[in-house]
Amino acid sequence: MTTLTMTTAQVPSRAPSWRQRCWRLCLMLVLLVASLGVTQLAVAQADPNREMTTAAPGITAEQWRQVRSGETGPNYRDSRHESNYNLINASGETWRILRNRWVSPFGLIAVLGMASVITLFYLVIGRKHLDEPRTGRKLFRWSLFMRSLHWTVATLFITLALTGLNLLYGKFVFRTLFGDAVWAWMISASKVLHNYLGPMFGILLIVLLVKLLKDNIPKKHDLQWFKQGGGLVGKGHPDAGFANGGEKAWYWLLATAGLIVVASGFVLDFPNYGQGRDTMQWANIIHAVGALGLTAVALGHIYIGTVGTEGSLEGMTTGYVDETWAKEHHNLWYEEVKDQAISEEELAARKAGGSSEPSTAKPS
Amino acid sequence: MAQMKFMCDAERCIECNGCVTACKNANDVEWGIQRRRVVTLNDGEADEMSISVACMHCDDAPCMAVCPTDCFYKTDDGIVLHDKDLCIGCGYCLYACPFGAPQFPQQNAFGERGKMDKCTFCAGGPAETKEEEYQKYGSNRIAEGKLPLCAEMCSTKALLAGDAQDVADIFRQRVVHRGHKDGAWSNNPQASTDNLAYDAARKG
Repeated sequence: MTTLTMTTAQVPSRAPSWRQRCWRLCLMLVLLVASLGVTQLAVAQADPNREMTTAAPGITAEQWRQVRSGETGPNYRDSRHESNYNLINASGETWRILRNRWVSPFGLIAVLGMASVITLFYLVIGRKHLDEPRTGRKLFRWSLFMRSLHWTVATLFITLALTGLNLLYGKFVFRTLFGDAVWAWMISASKVLHNYLGPMFGILLIVLLVKLLKDNIPKKHDLQWFKQGGGLVGKGHPDAGFANGGEKAWYWLLATAGLIVVASGFVLDFPNYGQGRDTMQWANIIHAVGALGLTAVALGHIYIGTVGTEGSLEGMTTGYVDETWAKEHHNLWYEEVKDQAISEEELAARKAGGSSEPSTAKPS
Repeated sequence: MAQMKFMCDAERCIECNGCVTACKNANDVEWGIQRRRVVTLNDGEADEMSISVACMHCDDAPCMAVCPTDCFYKTDDGIVLHDKDLCIGCGYCLYACPFGAPQFPQQNAFGERGKMDKCTFCAGGPAETKEEEYQKYGSNRIAEGKLPLCAEMCSTKALLAGDAQDVADIFRQRVVHRGHKDGAWSNNPQASTDNLAYDAARKG
C-alpha cells in the first residue's frame, strides 16, 4: 500500500497540452496492441523485484521468535471476544510432555510402588503388636470434635485421591471396561466431586492443621526417633510425645505440600478470575505432583493407623487408647497423662452418662 | 485417505474477519464462542501481518493426548472431532492446544467450564440425528461434499482448506509465482513450501 501511494504522488502536477495528449493516446494504443501478444508471458514471468516492492514484507526471524515465545507486542490484535491469547501457545507442548511423559507415569510408579512396599512389609515383617499385654486401663487421646474432623478430612482426601486418579488414569482402564455410557457418567461425576469437594477439603485441612499445631512442634527427641526408624532399627522404642516423629513428618508434609496442593487446586478450580493458560499449566503440574506424592505417603499413614499397628485405630474411633499402647508408642506423653488412666468400667459409666470425654480433657 | 488441513496465506489475509462471520453463521455457534479468530501482528506498522486461526486438526493432536475422558477422535479424513457427551470441561485441551482453539461456555457458578467447543472443519460430530448434530456441533458440510465455509467464503482466498497435498500444491504455485524469497512464510525453518500444510504440533 505504501508503494502505491508513493507512485500516485509522483505524477507531475503540470497539465499536458492537447497535442501531447493526442500523441500519448496514439502511443498507448500502439503499445496496447503490441503488448497483447506478450501479456500472458509477462504475467507468467512476474518480475520478482517488482513483486518484492508490493508484497507484504517477509516476517523477520525476530518476529518468529516472538510468535514462538508467546510474547505479544502493543500492536498485537486478536479478533476474538475477550481473548488474551497469543498466536501460538508455546508452553502447551511443554505442559503436555511434563504431564504425559513425567507426571503421569512416575505418579503411578510412586503410588503403586508405595502400595507394593507396604504390602511386602506387611507380608514379611507383619503387624506391630504390643510388646506387653494390655492393662485394660484407658487414656483419653482424641476428642469427638477431632475425631469427626479427622474422619471428614480423611473421607474427603480419599474421595479427592480416587477422583483425581480417575482423571489422570481412568481413561486407560474404565472406558474400555465399561463403555462410553458408564464412563461418561463416571468421569463427569469425578470432575464435579473433585471440584466441589476440593475447597471443602482445603478449608477443613487448615482447621485440622491449626488444631494440631501445638502437638507437632519438632523436638530434639524426634531426631532420635528417625534415627531408629520409628523403632524398626535397634532395640526398644524411641522417645515420642503426643505425636511421634513420623506423625510430625506427616503433619508438616500436609502443612507444606498439602497447602500447596490446595492453593494450586484453587487456581484450577476457579477459572473466572482471569488467570491465563500458562498459570493454569503450572498450577496443574504442581497440583498433580503434590497430590500424587501425598497420596503415596497417605497410604503409609493409613497402613500404620489401621492394620499396621495394634491399638492405634481405636484411638481415632473411640477416642481412648490402652495404657500399654501409650507407654510403648508415646512414652513422653504417657508420663504426662498416666494418672488420668481410667478402667473400662469407668469408661463405660462415663459413656453411659452421655459424655465420652473427660471433663478435664486436653483441648486437642 | 485425505488429510484435511487449513492453511492461511498471510500475504493475502486482509483481516476482513469474513471467515469468523462465515463460521459463526454456518455452525450457529453459541453466544460468546468464536471458533475462528483473526490475529494481526504489528497492526499499523510496515510489517503488519494477519492470519486466521482455528483448530488446525493436528496429526499428533495435543488435545487428544491430554484429554482425561478421551473424548477426541480423528476421522478418516484426519479431522479432529470430539464427543460433547464425554467432555467434562476440565480445560486441559486448552492448556495443550498450540492455537487456542478450544473454548468453553461459562454459564455455571464459579466460572465452571461448560462443554468444550471448537472448529470441526465443518464436519459436525457424533450424534444420533442430524438435528442433534447441528445443535451440538454445527453443520456437517463435509458429509455434503463441501469444504469449511470459512475457507470457501474467504474473499482473497487467503484461507485454504482441503487435503494437505492440494493445499500445499496451491500454495507452492503461489509462492513460485511470487518468485521472491519472502513469498511464503519466510524465515521460518519449520515452514518450507513443501511442508506448509504441516503438522502444526510437530517439533522441528
